[in-house]
Amino acid sequence: MTEATTREAGSVQVADAILQADKVTMRFGGLVANRDVDFTIPRGAIVSLIGPNGAGKTTFFNQLTGMLEPTSGEITFEGKSLVGRTPHEIVEVGIGRTFQNIRLFGAMTVLANVMVGRHVRMKSSWWGSLLRLPAVRAEEAETKRKAQELLELVGLPRRYEEDWAKNLPYGDQRRLELARALASEPKLLLLDEPTAGMNPGETAQMTELIKHLRDELDLTVLLIEHDMKVVMGISERITVLDHGELLAEGRPEEIRANPAVIEAYLGKQAASE
Amino acid sequence: MSPMVRRALTLGLFGGIAGIHVSLVGIVNTFQTRDLIADIVTIGSVIPMLIAIMVGWLAGRAPRHAAELAAPTALGAGAVAGAVTGTILALLAILVDSVSLTWILVNARPQLATILQFEQGPVVGSVLLIAGGAALGAAGAVLHILPGAIARSIAMAGIITIIVALMEPFIGAVLRNVELRAIEGFLYDSGGLTLPGFILVFALIGAGVYGWATRGDRARARVEAMPPDRRRAAKIAVYLATIGILLILPQIVGQRLSEVIGTVGIYVLLGLGLNIVVGFAGLLDLGYVAFFAVGAYTTAILTSPASPVFTPELPFWGALPFVILAAALIGLAVGAPVLRLRGDYLAIVTLGFGEIAREIFKSAWAQPVTGGAQGILSIPEPIPFSRDPQSIYYPILFFCILAAIAATTLASSRVGRAWNAMREDESVAEATGVNTIKYKLLAFGLGAAFGCLGGAFFGAKIGVVFPDSFNILVSINALALIILGGMGNIAGVVLGAFVLVGLPELLREFAEYRLLIYGVVLVVMMLLRPEGLLPSRSRRAELHEVKDEDDDDMYADEVGEETGRPVVTA
Repeated sequence: MTEATTREAGSVQVADAILQADKVTMRFGGLVANRDVDFTIPRGAIVSLIGPNGAGKTTFFNQLTGMLEPTSGEITFEGKSLVGRTPHEIVEVGIGRTFQNIRLFGAMTVLANVMVGRHVRMKSSWWGSLLRLPAVRAEEAETKRKAQELLELVGLPRRYEEDWAKNLPYGDQRRLELARALASEPKLLLLDEPTAGMNPGETAQMTELIKHLRDELDLTVLLIEHDMKVVMGISERITVLDHGELLAEGRPEEIRANPAVIEAYLGKQAASE
Repeated sequence: MSPMVRRALTLGLFGGIAGIHVSLVGIVNTFQTRDLIADIVTIGSVIPMLIAIMVGWLAGRAPRHAAELAAPTALGAGAVAGAVTGTILALLAILVDSVSLTWILVNARPQLATILQFEQGPVVGSVLLIAGGAALGAAGAVLHILPGAIARSIAMAGIITIIVALMEPFIGAVLRNVELRAIEGFLYDSGGLTLPGFILVFALIGAGVYGWATRGDRARARVEAMPPDRRRAAKIAVYLATIGILLILPQIVGQRLSEVIGTVGIYVLLGLGLNIVVGFAGLLDLGYVAFFAVGAYTTAILTSPASPVFTPELPFWGALPFVILAAALIGLAVGAPVLRLRGDYLAIVTLGFGEIAREIFKSAWAQPVTGGAQGILSIPEPIPFSRDPQSIYYPILFFCILAAIAATTLASSRVGRAWNAMREDESVAEATGVNTIKYKLLAFGLGAAFGCLGGAFFGAKIGVVFPDSFNILVSINALALIILGGMGNIAGVVLGAFVLVGLPELLREFAEYRLLIYGVVLVVMMLLRPEGLLPSRSRRAELHEVKDEDDDDMYADEVGEETGRPVVTA
């Protein structure tokens, strides 16, 4: 199947897109990590980004979050261009993320990790903090309360609050990272392999949690994932990248049946499943 | 040869080398003039003994990942190591005595041999050295056999008693000041402790450390079990008592010690400021002296009638707001160019800034403003306080307390969290919503403000500024004191300043060997207690891996993330 027909199969008119990427290209010298990627995320959907290693998924993520600036192309989030914004500005407009290889603030407490996540929604100035103005103290207490709520929401027990983030069991570290990302009140949540390294039981729990959070907090979720069970079970739409280019886009059953995707990525087993 | 024996021999050899070193650089000779216990033992001859105890302790220690050694093995290893050290020193003594080496090694005098041989002549002296070395080595190894709390108490008591003996001139002066001559007479005699004094100090400190080690947890638990309002009251009482003591301190300790405490106070300010930059925000700044210099020079230029450019002269307190302003500017000036640098690169560039600052103040180009190499004289006193150490102590104390409160408050706020996040992982902090550029500049700006305040009081305290007062050693001192004290912790900064700045001022005999001892102290600290004397909680967490009992729950490598293939589970 040619690229054109694949594109056509996937190009669905989206009434309300929260994020739109238009011909996004990323070059590192002679290496092209993303070439002309068009991408739309419908508001409220759970969308998966799949593809072999080196397909440019994480590069694409990093462009959405401002860690990389696209060589060319445009990314808009709720009508606002993201290109040229710094990562913390992008958090401010409403995009939160987690990392593939968990990156918590290890020597800070669990609670403090989440409170850092809320940093961008706080207003206290440094001199206000220095003087401990009443408004600052109120905001601090409020932040603590919100952080505790989030820990509960992602399923971390209260007794962990004062533990060092790095001492949490692996699965709980993933949950904590999720809570930290949610603390900034994102409208779009980017999850980079949220179930990597988890056993089947934990994976199922995490999948449920992501769905629950989406419903509870009116989120839109974009995730990179290798576990096809997760991808097929959770996604409303799937986008496949290969060699930095868009290979296919569509509903799970369309992707599963797409010969180009089977050829490039899935293999026969998944297709017949 | 069994590995244990080889280890003991090697350690003994190292002990011997260390002994030769301290002997030949002159430490043994210098401290021969000071008694540890009056008319019994001099500090000079205690130093080789301490080395023997140390190697014995090391030799008796269980090898890494092995069980504790059996008591006879540990004792034997300690004795062997100590004996080797003793033998090497005995050979050194004989060599120094028989061959004149003074033309190349000025301290290799016959006097050295006499000290090492305990004034007993070559034969008896050598036997004493070897046998004594073995005995002391075994004594060092005994520390492993004794229960941990007792061993620690003995070691601490030994170290502190030696320090108490060394500080005779000052502790004695304090005791005379507060009219406790009887105690002074009991403790000290002819520059050292008396034998009963030695025993008393050793016993008191040993008992204190032992009590804390065995019952400290219970005491802490009792405090924590108190109802919140009573705990608060207790806390306030402790604060008030501390402040009360601090207020009358200059009168208790007298002129000379007040002078030392003033210097310590200035370093506390520097340490608190640098702690914001390095300890909180994780930006390794090796050019902190630049802020110190700018503070001192700004004060001097604005206030001194001897400064060539600025008239009319402001009073000290009138200049202070401008010092803070200058601090903010220099903080931004240093911060802005290094925003994109991390870790070692940042350290090198800031190191350069520190050197540049001094060279600018010294240069002929800046001479019309800064006075060049001559510096600026006659900086006025901070009226109503005078330059007298017992008077200028108070404004310094006031600003130290202010700075400590400011640092503590910030540390537990939104700002402190943002800094910590940045220290932990800068790019994740940014991706979590922290404006890292803003917070880096804020760290540099506040760090500069504390440093400049320190500089202003430095200028006011000695009344003159010279460019050469602002050398790299100030940066190193400030950094070393926060590392030694415990990075990120305010009490640690104060303690670090006392140990690294105060003690050397008190122990004048050390002056010559200050950097040598400095180096040894830092190396030993980094090996044994890398988090510092009084670490912050997070620093301790960072440097001590907590044993994770749930290791088996880590699946990180099991699933196919390495292959990049989809995971398909049935």
